[in-house]
Amino acid sequence: MTITLVFLALLLAVVVWWLVKQSINVQPWVAGGSTEDVHGSVLVQPTLKLGLWVLLAVVTSLFALFISAYAMRMKLGDWNPLPEPGLLWLNTGVLILTSAVMEWTRAAANRGQKDGVRTGLFAAGVLTVAFLAGQLVVWQQLHASGYFLGANPANDFFYVLTALHGLHLLGGLVAWGRTTAGVQRGVALGAARLSVGLCALYWHYLLLVWLVLFALLLST
Amino acid sequence: MSYVAHDASAFAPPAEVQEVELYHAKTWLGKYVFSQDAKVIAIQYAITAIGIGVVALVFSWLIRLQLGFPNTFSFIDPSNYLQFVTLHGMIMVIYLLTALFLGAFGNYLIPLMIGARDMVFPYVNMLSYWVYLVAVLLLVASFFVPGGATGAGWTLYPPQAILQGTPGESWGIILMLVSLAVFIIGFTMGGLNYVVTVLQARTRGMTLMRLPLTVWGIFMATILALLAFPALFVSAIMMILDRTLGTSFFMPAIVSMGQKLEYAGGSPVLFQHLFWFFGHPEVYIVALPAFGIVSDLLSVHARKNIFGYRMMVWAIVAIGGLSFIVWAHHMYVSGMNPYFGFFFATTTLIIAVPTAIKVYNWVLTLWRGNIHLTVPMLFAIGFIFTFINGGLTGLFLGNVTVDVPLSDTMFVVAHFHMVMAIAPVLAVFGAIYHWYPKITGRMLDDTLGKVHFWFTFVGSYAIYYPMHYLGFLGVPRRYYAIGGTDFIPESVQSMNAGITIAALIVGAAQMVFFYNLVRSYFKGKPSGGNPWEATTLEWQTPHTPPTHGNFGRELPVVYRWAYDFSVPGAPQDFIPQNVPPPEAATGARDRA
Repeated sequence: MTITLVFLALLLAVVVWWLVKQSINVQPWVAGGSTEDVHGSVLVQPTLKLGLWVLLAVVTSLFALFISAYAMRMKLGDWNPLPEPGLLWLNTGVLILTSAVMEWTRAAANRGQKDGVRTGLFAAGVLTVAFLAGQLVVWQQLHASGYFLGANPANDFFYVLTALHGLHLLGGLVAWGRTTAGVQRGVALGAARLSVGLCALYWHYLLLVWLVLFALLLST
Repeated sequence: MSYVAHDASAFAPPAEVQEVELYHAKTWLGKYVFSQDAKVIAIQYAITAIGIGVVALVFSWLIRLQLGFPNTFSFIDPSNYLQFVTLHGMIMVIYLLTALFLGAFGNYLIPLMIGARDMVFPYVNMLSYWVYLVAVLLLVASFFVPGGATGAGWTLYPPQAILQGTPGESWGIILMLVSLAVFIIGFTMGGLNYVVTVLQARTRGMTLMRLPLTVWGIFMATILALLAFPALFVSAIMMILDRTLGTSFFMPAIVSMGQKLEYAGGSPVLFQHLFWFFGHPEVYIVALPAFGIVSDLLSVHARKNIFGYRMMVWAIVAIGGLSFIVWAHHMYVSGMNPYFGFFFATTTLIIAVPTAIKVYNWVLTLWRGNIHLTVPMLFAIGFIFTFINGGLTGLFLGNVTVDVPLSDTMFVVAHFHMVMAIAPVLAVFGAIYHWYPKITGRMLDDTLGKVHFWFTFVGSYAIYYPMHYLGFLGVPRRYYAIGGTDFIPESVQSMNAGITIAALIVGAAQMVFFYNLVRSYFKGKPSGGNPWEATTLEWQTPHTPPTHGNFGRELPVVYRWAYDFSVPGAPQDFIPQNVPPPEAATGARDRA
């Protein structure tokens, strides 16, 4: 549970720091002075972005708990590490590229280049599907060489963690689909900018999660 | 939405009308069924949660009937009994209390109390309810599958949860785990809303340190739930895989019914760590909203500001933080390293400090207050008593050496029912009596309310006080029948019968409450907008019940905290949060 606790401690430190800032030298029982701080109460603009950050905190808690379980289960005698197929390195490269394309798309949206946004979103979608297909091929390779689900906890965790990560990418593809449809319909630039920015953030985050998971798999 | 100038904000500087795009329902279906209005969603959550809660209440009667009068009821066999025990616990903790405090009270009160028109993501909020409903239906479906619902105990410990011999090991356990996973997905949708709404949608002047404590309690509880429920999700997923695909996350090599199973090497203790990493914060997920609600009820009905507001906020935050590092006190007898026990006993006892601060502050709020013994106030005071009682037995169980002999006895059952069943339920009742006039525009009947309170309060003590003694005697929990056991005297049976009679009476008293809810909806005394003369924003809405959008055309502007009761020199003994300072002191008409 150490990993989860470290994550929670960091999160709590942020909350406490922010709360101290809000409450220090404040006398709640004193009335008045409220017309100036019109936007003082809003933490992050726009609200959707804060929503995504909170969601990412929840997803981080989920992965941290899985990694904690991984670490605890690994210590029990019957752990037989499985070999990492070379294809995983290629998949990792594809995911890094996806993230880079997303970043490029975001920059294009900020510059107001609609064609760039369209091309970027399309490329990112294709690359994401390629990554997911690559992961499926890895599953098949492992299965073909006898690393079944249920044969060893190392295999079980490999399948579960990759599946969980893949499902989160699939969920991202739903948001990606809505964004792409919006851009095709020609929504206002501001709205497109926001959705593309949120997609980029989510893809970077899932890249980070994948790199942590991959490092974990390689090191054990 | 019509513009109604209500006097409380008449002299406020013209508030800049915030552009809020509200989805206005055009059809009956969109207004009352697939509604995106947080208030409607709150009612839907409340009805569903209370509905399934009544099922769990009936299960508790069946449990008690068996314990009080063994060999009397032929329809309760050992399997049924275990299923009742399991589902009673699971439904009450998760599907009733969590859904009611966060889904129902969170949805109703957060936007109104912080001066927002709705939750920030109304569509996701609507989905949250429907996903919750699916989870409840999956749970109900598990009663009817072959083998029936799971009887593994609400903690669902492996290996027994998925082994032959435990009721519901074929289908019941799978549906239970899937239902939990679905519940967590639905809750996450709602929880995102509650947190982001509190952070982003507060009206002008509503600084964090002016939030009513109810909002603080629900806010912190939601954060706990968002971070802790994933632990239950992880354990549910891994157990489903163990059960269906033959993985060995939790399952050790095991011989069951004379047959060696395929499992090898898994760790049941790993499940316990994950489960209680969720399970202990869960206690505070239902306790923190109760703390917040009780703080506000005490202040309003004692006509006095809450004692130590900032301390109360920090205590909520401290309890929330600490609740993540005490989980293994549920596992003292699991065979973990004894040094862990020392650590977790220490953190467990430390959590008593912020909790005691809260209790002292409640008592000091009552001290020399102008106490109105209204029905909500009775429930709030009842909460304090019950929470102290349950908290003190927590000190017993938090110490390893005292806990070990008491583990798995009725003492534990009595402790956690006092602290996280009766106490939060009393807060729920207090809250319903308090806010029902805002939700319906009518008062609940006072006499029926008092009858309901005294039967529930005294009756609960009649149930759980004796149960502590049963625990000291060593009467185990979860047993279908004790049989002839040397160390358990005959008299235990008569005490059990007495407890059962008390439980039946308390359960029947709840029918008075439901009757009151329905009758008052049609025939109750009209309440007006602010029957308790409270200060918070939900009582200052132009319409009662509040319409879609909550506040008419202009959002209120907040000038003060929620606890300006009996301010010296003020014309009334309460000043609503949206009254600007000079008017409040000299009387509003001077300024006109």
